[in-house]
Formats: sequence, structure tokens, C-alpha cells
Amino acid sequence: MARALINVPETARRGEIVQVRAMIAHPMETGYRMGTNGANIPRDIIRRFICAYDGEEVFSAELFPAVSANPFIAFTLVATTSGTITFAWTDDAGETQTASAEIAVS
Amino acid sequence: MRALRGFAGMAAALICSVVAAAEIEDGDRRSGFDFMTPETQALQADDIANPGMLWVLQGEQLWRQADGRVSIACSRCHGDAAQSMRGVAARYPAFDEATGRPIDLAGRINSCRASRQQGEPLASESDELLALTTYVAHQSRGMPVTPAADPRLTPFRDNGRRLFQARIGQIDLSCASCHDDNWGKRLGGAVIPQAHPNGYPLYRLEWQAVGTLQRRLRNCMIGVRAEPFAFGSAEFVDLELYLMERARGLPIEAPAVRP
Repeated sequence: MARALINVPETARRGEIVQVRAMIAHPMETGYRMGTNGANIPRDIIRRFICAYDGEEVFSAELFPAVSANPFIAFTLVATTSGTITFAWTDDAGETQTASAEIAVS
Repeated sequence: MRALRGFAGMAAALICSVVAAAEIEDGDRRSGFDFMTPETQALQADDIANPGMLWVLQGEQLWRQADGRVSIACSRCHGDAAQSMRGVAARYPAFDEATGRPIDLAGRINSCRASRQQGEPLASESDELLALTTYVAHQSRGMPVTPAADPRLTPFRDNGRRLFQARIGQIDLSCASCHDDNWGKRLGGAVIPQAHPNGYPLYRLEWQAVGTLQRRLRNCMIGVRAEPFAFGSAEFVDLELYLMERARGLPIEAPAVRP
């Protein structure tokens, strides 16, 4: 069950700069910590975040072990056309969690 | 003899004044929110940036999901949580007829699970139990803490007050030593708040996760080098009962954010 909070304005004027915010629930285990039994806790982080606007990749980020749990990413886009903004988070296991939001541009 | 009696009287007066000064006056009651930096306050105030909302989101899904051997969802009996669960967190812990003891919100969710859904109880501090508790508590956000007026709770509340004021651990401190007598001052780099439970379950930046009041209380007990009570123990519920009485009138903030 993907747990993600995304915030995209529902409407925008063409050419307007809009802020996009996305947060996902993830432990972001660094791999440097030890469990109570003295064994290393294996690394489990999100490696890559991709945002696509109407099918085209417009923003991406590589994440590293220094990033906090439940990473929160905010950035801006230029509203060009009505369409779907999709978000994809890919973790160490190669699994991808996705979320999407619609934007109407007038 | 008279001098001695006078001294005893003075000592008694002194002790009484210390005890009287200890409890926080109505007008001085302040949520932990007021002691935080503006940045952390902004994090709590914005539902998109507040990481605790991730648990609320999960709790909402679990609320509508059928579970247990009977395979019914919470929403089958309780309907829309926004109506049926409004104000519940503000008056819990409440008296539980079945056990003859007070029960906290997480305990009530688990007991409902056992009796209605016939499911296995959810583990303390598990993501599912935290999510459901946070979701239910979130429905009371903004409402003032109004502890249940049930007279049967009084002995348990008194026990909670006793636990709050009892010195424990190698460092020999009580909760009251810091949170009644020295709130607003600093311990290490951090401001000592008044220890009000109005934001729980809350997202703690140090934990990088949502946690319960019991987890927080265990932290403090370990801090004074005492053996902490077990999760779900009767002592914790009594303490919560007293803390809620102590926080009467403060708004519920769940899920709050704390440093």
C-alpha cells in the first residue's frame, strides 16, 4: 500500500509557475545502523524519484542514505497543458511506488 | 517545645507551598506546540508537510478495510469516522466495563478488534495500530481535552498522579520535578515542556516516525535510569488518565509534530 501525500494545484493559467509537493512513507534505512542483536540493519532507501508531466519526465532526483525517513520533495513546474502529473519512487529492492494527480490548465 | 512545634508547622507550611506551587495553574497551561521553533510549528500546521498525515492516510484505508475472522470493517459499525469518532480522543482514556479498568484509545481499538472482528490484536507500536489510532485521534483535532467525568475513574487517576509525582530511577527524579517545577527552562539544549498528551500519537523528528505517548514515557523513564513499564501496562493508562486531566482544555493536535 503506497502511502504518499501529493499536492498539485487543481487549476492553473498557462505559463504559470506552480509548486508541486510530494511526501512518501519510507523508513530510508541507511545501512549504517546496528540492530539490538548487533547485526547490521540492511540498507533500504529510495534511490530515485521521477516526476512526469503529461508523460514527459520533468523532474528527477537521486536520493542517498543521508535523506531523512519519509522524504519530502518540493519543486516548481511551468503549467503548459492540462494533463496528469505522475510520481514514481524506486527503492533498493527495485520496487516502484507511484501516485498521480490531475492539473487543469486554462 | 513550642519552638519545635513552630518549626514543624513552618516545615509543613513549606512543604504545602511547594506542593501547591507544583501543579500548573489554569492560565499557565501551554501545549508543547508553543515551545517549538517556528519551523517545526509550520511543519505541524501544514497538512501536506506534516509527516503524521501519512499515518492518517493509512488509517483511513484500514478503517474501511474488512478484517478478522468475521471480515467486517470498522466503518461497518462506526460509519463515517469524521462523525462517529469526533471528540473520542478528547475524552479518552475511558472506563471499560469488561475489565473494570480504564482503557486507552489503542487498547479500545484492539479490544474492538478481538470482540467484533474476531481478529488477532495488533502489536503495540505496529504501523497498523498507530495508523488506526492516529486516524481516530485526528477526528478530534481542535477540540479541547475534556476528560471523562466517570467517578469510577477517580482511583486510577489518583494512581496516575502518584506515579507522576513519585521519584524513580538512579537519577531520582519524578515527572513533576521537570514538567511541573521547571517547565520553560532548558535541559541540555532542549526546552522542558509541560508534558501534555494532547498531540498523541505524534510524529517525532527524532524517531522519524509516529509514536504513542507510552513510547515517549518510556524514553523519559530510561532517561532517569528507571526500569520502564511495559507497553500496554496498567500504569501507563493510569498516567495517561492523569495527564489528560492535567491538560484539560488544551486543543487536541493529533498528529502533532515534535522535535
